[in-house]
Amino acid sequence: MNLLDPQGPVAAANSTILVDSVFIMLAIVVPTIFAILAFAFWFRASNTKARYQPDFVYSGRVEMVVWAIPALTVILLGGVAWIGSHKLDPAAPVPGTGSPVRIQAVSLDWKWLFIYPDQRIATVNTLTVPAGAELNFQLTSSSVMNVFFIPQLGSMIYTMNGMVTRLNLRADNEGKLQGLAAHFSGDGFPDMMFDVNVVSPLSFPDWVASTAKSDAVLNEDSYKKLMQQGIERGRPTYRLEDPRLFDLIATQHIPPGPGPELISDAGRPHSGGHDAR
Amino acid sequence: MPAGRTVEAMMLGKLDWSAIPFDQPIPLIAGGVVLVGILAVLIWVVVKGHLPYLWHEWITSVDHKRIGVMYILLASVMLLRGGSDAIMMRIQQAVAFQSQGYLPPEHYNQIFSAHGTIMIFFVAMPFVIGLMNLIVPLQLGVRDVAFPTLNSVGFWLTATGALLVNLSLVIGEFARTGWLAFPPLSELSYSPGVGVDYYAWSLQISGVGTLVAGINLVTTVLKLRTKGMNYLRMPMFCWTTLASNLLIVAAFPILTATLAMLLLDRYLGFHFFTNEAGGNVMMFMNLIWAWGHPEVYILVLPAFGIFSEVVSTFSGKALFGYRSMVLATMAICVISFMVWLHHFFTMGAGPDVNAIFGIASMIIAVPTGVKIYNWLFTMYGGRIRFATPMLWAVGSPSSSAA
Repeated sequence: MNLLDPQGPVAAANSTILVDSVFIMLAIVVPTIFAILAFAFWFRASNTKARYQPDFVYSGRVEMVVWAIPALTVILLGGVAWIGSHKLDPAAPVPGTGSPVRIQAVSLDWKWLFIYPDQRIATVNTLTVPAGAELNFQLTSSSVMNVFFIPQLGSMIYTMNGMVTRLNLRADNEGKLQGLAAHFSGDGFPDMMFDVNVVSPLSFPDWVASTAKSDAVLNEDSYKKLMQQGIERGRPTYRLEDPRLFDLIATQHIPPGPGPELISDAGRPHSGGHDAR
Repeated sequence: MPAGRTVEAMMLGKLDWSAIPFDQPIPLIAGGVVLVGILAVLIWVVVKGHLPYLWHEWITSVDHKRIGVMYILLASVMLLRGGSDAIMMRIQQAVAFQSQGYLPPEHYNQIFSAHGTIMIFFVAMPFVIGLMNLIVPLQLGVRDVAFPTLNSVGFWLTATGALLVNLSLVIGEFARTGWLAFPPLSELSYSPGVGVDYYAWSLQISGVGTLVAGINLVTTVLKLRTKGMNYLRMPMFCWTTLASNLLIVAAFPILTATLAMLLLDRYLGFHFFTNEAGGNVMMFMNLIWAWGHPEVYILVLPAFGIFSEVVSTFSGKALFGYRSMVLATMAICVISFMVWLHHFFTMGAGPDVNAIFGIASMIIAVPTGVKIYNWLFTMYGGRIRFATPMLWAVGSPSSSAA
């Protein structure tokens, strides 16, 4: 979860911007704080050595400096922001070794579904990717809005039903990372964490092959079961029946998730006259 | 259906005993204690014969000072509620590490939604509006605000909204959708309970109250100044009040319209923000933050005004760079309307849009920085008395700048 321990180029650039802008701001803020404390101390009423200047209420030169310092800081930071947001556009390519891996992520209530259309597999709450390859994410939501975020790989992006957002990332080192949902999405929201396994490019095809042997099949029917509200503690894997499943979700050929069941309405603490609406 | 039942249904609609959370000890005990407290106060007031005084001198008063005090009292009472919510949330977070904690998610989600809603709309706003009500006519040298009766209406609308939020504690539930109730989560299909309705109606009612207060204070500053008080002789707090209330007048109608659209979605099957039938959730995001970002400055500008007055008073000097302070205040007022998109960079709007809104957001730091430096140079050459307000004032720029 460590933002300052990036494991890919996007996160590395993000954290550089974070650190740079904090230090640029501190360069102004720290002297200002000291000046406030120093002025407050020196001009205390009991200090007979301090000269009382009640008429010092305007100075063109001071005014110029006072407007110029924040303005120059903002020009510098504005440059950082302009360059950074172009370089780190979520849809911009992040070249890597080997062929890019296409991953289609769907936020469900309340779990993450990752579809690998080219490999014809799908996983829930666990994302396995090869180190060094470009990862092309397409993201959507089965119901309410959410945000896809792997802090150590960088760049949050919304998932929205009926829309597709894009994000390109790369993981440079093998290891286990943590991904999460970063936009409140209802009662199961805190359990929408997912594991990110970055494996070597050589063992990735092995993982794909073993996952493709899975007994469970993901098709429209099993997807509709999966998108019912609930928390998934396990890490199920699926064979993907139709590689166009994501498009069916994103274009709402499969209608959005149903929300809470009206009758039993599990977990409602107390209900005031909602049931008949 | 028997005749008696029909009358009941007409009076109460779908409301029945299941709306009272008999299985939930926390809200029930809290509601009981509040009820006992209210009854005790009422009995004391009636028995001691204070009722006529209270009714004539306070409840129906149109005096700006009394309305200001009542705003601040309302804010203090709601601070107790919002503060208890904060404590409950923190306790849950402390005990719930890798375990369920003492609150189920649906209860916790109500608490954190209520906490955010209450702290912004029913604590910070009434504090700030109350203070402006109390002070601005005195600083301008006028007898009252421009529309005294409207002022009273505005306060009681705000109080009604607050009452509705508190009612949700024992009758029904509050929203479980966060303090801005983003759709589609807040739409009927994902939030079928009455919580979002409580949220939307309490904000609609108190929002109209805030708008009324804003119109009132703008008119007061623009039209009712004492003889000889031209704009550039106004105390700094009046300028920040003007800027803040101009923002209220411009921004609150957006909130009202947005929530009205959400309510149309919920009640009449409209599709402004739904997933289906061409609804667009990002429209809600844009609208709510077009109100939400100015709201930040509605709250902070009067506070900047307070700093200006406190620093100058306790330094024994007039404010340094008064004209540039005025310029900075009005610059913040205008720019704060042009930065709303920075609340959802995650939308993926593209690098040009993101960069422009990022830089616009930074530009607000320029007038804000100017304010800090002008307070600094107000202290320069002063004779500073470190009374409590001055200690707060010195502490705040140092900590908020950091």
